[in-house]
Amino acid sequence: MGGKFGAPDKMIIGGKRLDGRKPDELRPITIKAGVIPSADGSAEITQGETKIVVAVYGPREVFPKHMSIADRACVECRYDMASFSTPERSRPGMSRRSTEISKIMAEALMPAIYLEKYPKTKIDIYVEVTNANAGTRCAAITAASVALADAGIEMRDMVVAVASGKVDGKLVLDMFEIEDNFGSADLPLAYMLRKGEITLLQMDGELTKEEIQELVEMNIEACKKIYAMQKKALQDKYSVEKKAMPDAGEENGN
Amino acid sequence: MGIDSIKSYMSELLKKGQREDGRKIFDYRKIEVEVNPLARACGSARVRIGETEVLVGVKMDVTKPYPDSPDDGTLMVNAELIPLANPDFEPGPPSPQSVELARVVDRGIRESGAIDTAKLCITPKEKVWTVFIDIYPMNDDGNLLDAAALGAIVALKHAYIPKYDEKEEKVLYKELTKEKLPLTCLPVMTTFGKLDGNVFLDASRREEKSYDGRLSIATLENGAISAMQKGEAGTFTEKEVFELLGTAIEKGKELRGLIKKV
Repeated sequence: MGGKFGAPDKMIIGGKRLDGRKPDELRPITIKAGVIPSADGSAEITQGETKIVVAVYGPREVFPKHMSIADRACVECRYDMASFSTPERSRPGMSRRSTEISKIMAEALMPAIYLEKYPKTKIDIYVEVTNANAGTRCAAITAASVALADAGIEMRDMVVAVASGKVDGKLVLDMFEIEDNFGSADLPLAYMLRKGEITLLQMDGELTKEEIQELVEMNIEACKKIYAMQKKALQDKYSVEKKAMPDAGEENGN
Repeated sequence: MGIDSIKSYMSELLKKGQREDGRKIFDYRKIEVEVNPLARACGSARVRIGETEVLVGVKMDVTKPYPDSPDDGTLMVNAELIPLANPDFEPGPPSPQSVELARVVDRGIRESGAIDTAKLCITPKEKVWTVFIDIYPMNDDGNLLDAAALGAIVALKHAYIPKYDEKEEKVLYKELTKEKLPLTCLPVMTTFGKLDGNVFLDASRREEKSYDGRLSIATLENGAISAMQKGEAGTFTEKEVFELLGTAIEKGKELRGLIKKV
């Protein structure tokens, strides 16, 4: 894939990447829980320049009714890119890429949810990419887990996701746009740490079996770091509310 | 029999290394490949895996190249899950399942660089060939992914470029040249299912209805992997993925043997 139009001559110089990171270094990540008051749960994530908002609605009544499942909840995800999120304006609405990502995202999150606790209901996960700079499906899954927890939905574990790939012949973690566009392979992975289960796995490019093993292990190491940030995002939101509680109690008492 | 009792029956069988149709865990059903069954296509293939049957047609047209690759032909893959093939398929706009199927087949071919797109350039920045791969399942008895990917590469391998009248700027669709579509390698897809912790190859439709998840791996003759996709709500462990990569490379050789025979 090298030699593509507009590709930089070198993407790794002196062991450092174009944005100054080491090969196995994540971009700066911030996660915030509870950003959309209308939603039952929500979260916002920034990962480098990638910025995504996720809202969870439900468990709620299923519409259309025939989609409802007698013994568990159904989960639907809608991954959408805002028209201004990409260098060139993208056409609003669902592309084929968005349709596929929506499907695999729902499938990546479902193993973590106690679906059987919410029979005949639906959980909607709405993802809006407001600024895209690579790694959006993984960042969206990471944020969606926080939003699901924020909605109070019972879960086995958080799902954490990150991508890695091959750039200039080197294996690197969490590519940004230039690396993503001109790299030679991309491997997004979502993981449940407590059970050691991979809930999303994709790959495109050209890699050997050994390189895939190395990337999978690198992703899982990074997932451990992001997992801590997910937990902190939830703690931040709910510890603030705890502090506010005594006031509310006094008011009730009066 | 309800789906749960079918599931536990299959799970019991798999634990013993058996399948309900008598296959072993990593056996394909019988695979048949027919080359160029469709006269109107540039190249085509009919693939049967057991009772699953898929028709793949390759058509070519002259289009404007993408601005970021002005000297390269382009590839479009589309899957039509027509209601004729499966009682669960419904007419209407493309379902997420059909979009996923087409995109996974697309990635296996595109990312391996199997189509030599540089050779599909007519006039840089202006005219290139676009290769359209259309996938039509005729009967879905499971594992459409492997059948479609196999059909796509066979159809490509036996496709001829149509004549192009440069003066009139017209494609003479009915006249194929003797020039073959330029291919560099043969990516093939192997898809594994997982049910109650048991991993197996080439799920039938009954097995697909029961399994928790699947993992598709596209391999090349040099032992490299060009695409992977986990599907459905099940999960895989690292160990399972690493073992399946090896199995996929071995099974890929079997499939490539079939392609070379026809």
